[in-house]
Amino acid sequence: MRAVVAVIGKDTVGILAKVSGICAECRANVMDVTQTIMQDLFAMTMMIEISELTIDYVDLADKLTKAGNEMGLQVHVMHEDIFNAMHRI
Amino acid sequence: MLNSGDILETIKMIQEENLDIRTITMGISLLDCIDSDEDRACDRIYEKMMRKAENLVRTGEDIEKQYGIPIINKRISVTPISIVAAATRSKNPVKFAKTLQRVAEGTGVNYIGGYSALVHKGFAAGDLELINSIPEAMAETSNVCSSVNIGSTKAGINMDAVSMMGKVVYDAAEATKDNFCFGAAKIVVFCNAPEDNPFMAGAFHGVGEYDTEINVGVSGPGVVRAAIAKHPEANMTEIADIIKKTAFKITRMGQLVGTEASRRLGVPFGIVDLSLAPTPAVGDSVAHILEEIGLESCGTHGTTACLAMLNDAVKKGGVMASSHVGGLSGAFIPVSEDAGMIDAAVCGSLSLDKLEAMTAVCSVGLDMICIPGDTPVDTISAIIADEAAIGMVNSKTTAVRVIPAIGMKEGDMLEFGGLFGSGPVMKINKYSSSKFISRGGRIPAPMQSLKN
Repeated sequence: MRAVVAVIGKDTVGILAKVSGICAECRANVMDVTQTIMQDLFAMTMMIEISELTIDYVDLADKLTKAGNEMGLQVHVMHEDIFNAMHRI
Repeated sequence: MLNSGDILETIKMIQEENLDIRTITMGISLLDCIDSDEDRACDRIYEKMMRKAENLVRTGEDIEKQYGIPIINKRISVTPISIVAAATRSKNPVKFAKTLQRVAEGTGVNYIGGYSALVHKGFAAGDLELINSIPEAMAETSNVCSSVNIGSTKAGINMDAVSMMGKVVYDAAEATKDNFCFGAAKIVVFCNAPEDNPFMAGAFHGVGEYDTEINVGVSGPGVVRAAIAKHPEANMTEIADIIKKTAFKITRMGQLVGTEASRRLGVPFGIVDLSLAPTPAVGDSVAHILEEIGLESCGTHGTTACLAMLNDAVKKGGVMASSHVGGLSGAFIPVSEDAGMIDAAVCGSLSLDKLEAMTAVCSVGLDMICIPGDTPVDTISAIIADEAAIGMVNSKTTAVRVIPAIGMKEGDMLEFGGLFGSGPVMKINKYSSSKFISRGGRIPAPMQSLKN
């Protein structure tokens, strides 16, 4: 099972480190990262493996969202099924 | 592999364009709760509903977190109470409404639908008692909704029931006049009522359904409007295609959420209602879609044509995205719940007559329309009869949910707040329909051939 972590907000030092740090703590393996910076807007999508999490998926989502908010970023953690459902036939 | 364009598109739909799951509705059959003793029947209803829906709200919230998609309402629909209450021979089934209210409070769902009767041909035991008790039941409860089916394509229109419902709607408004006449906003009068509708106030659980099931209603007028806005030069063929593609994506999400809810709750998945359900929030309006297509204001000439195309495209796009489609399926045009409709009604562009024409090509009917407080009950009945005739002849569902604004006159604003918004009191025809309504009887079922 995989989930998508999308981070959007003003670029600053340590965003990737912070997000991937939390993922590592909870044993969520980072499988893919795409990031772009448009003017000074940071947009990152990260695919993580969530089969071996040490905490509940919902708690991980809360943790990441909270950490994002502290850095002034919007973080969305969404199960990959929603994207597959919407964008694949 | 997913690409980040798709991911960002989905997030944008949810964040900026108000994409959401409007409702997860659990349908629960109460047929096995029937008892000749009223108290015992109510106890069994309470016990069964609390057991079946115990985890409904929490499961909805968990799914919201898992997929990052808002699920606005969690609701329950039940077997029409007229059927359940008939065995008690009770003259006043309000006790059943109060039981449903207790379940709403106990489970945390925001509405329970099914204080209903199906009388499209005639009245059976329990029907008259239930209909007569609706105003009191609506005044005594805050989260219970009522609906009455007074006509169908196969049975015609029960004009005795139409006559009664005009008074019921008025009395419900009168009984709740200190609370924005809200009683009337919880009553829907149907022709061809669907038995698996997840949307309030008209939801009830038909007798042909599963014992318990999950039905889902989606929403996304903002997403459709934004998609059209990206193509200012598109012709109508292209716009219909854009709407189909968008409706497909919206409905797939509903299918996913419904399947997941049914799995987690251990009950069968019924249907997805392919709906465009607006809210008063900015950017969540069906009227604004029509205006984006090219109408200066919703209600002007061309509105019916645009709405017909929109409604059809939503169904065509949605039907492939879901394994089972049902409910009302189509674009909703409630006046008070749609910022664009409110503006159009206030500026005079949108009239009751135009709304009636629009209901001939879209999914529901005259919905959340405020009418003057001194409207005669026979006129309300005649509005119901007109709308039922459109549904009956066109083999579609139509409904009437009008709110007599007690003490108010044309042009005043009735404010409900929240998802229900606010509605301008609309102009109605001042000439009488009393003689017609007083005749009673039944309008015979229409021909289904020689269509013209």
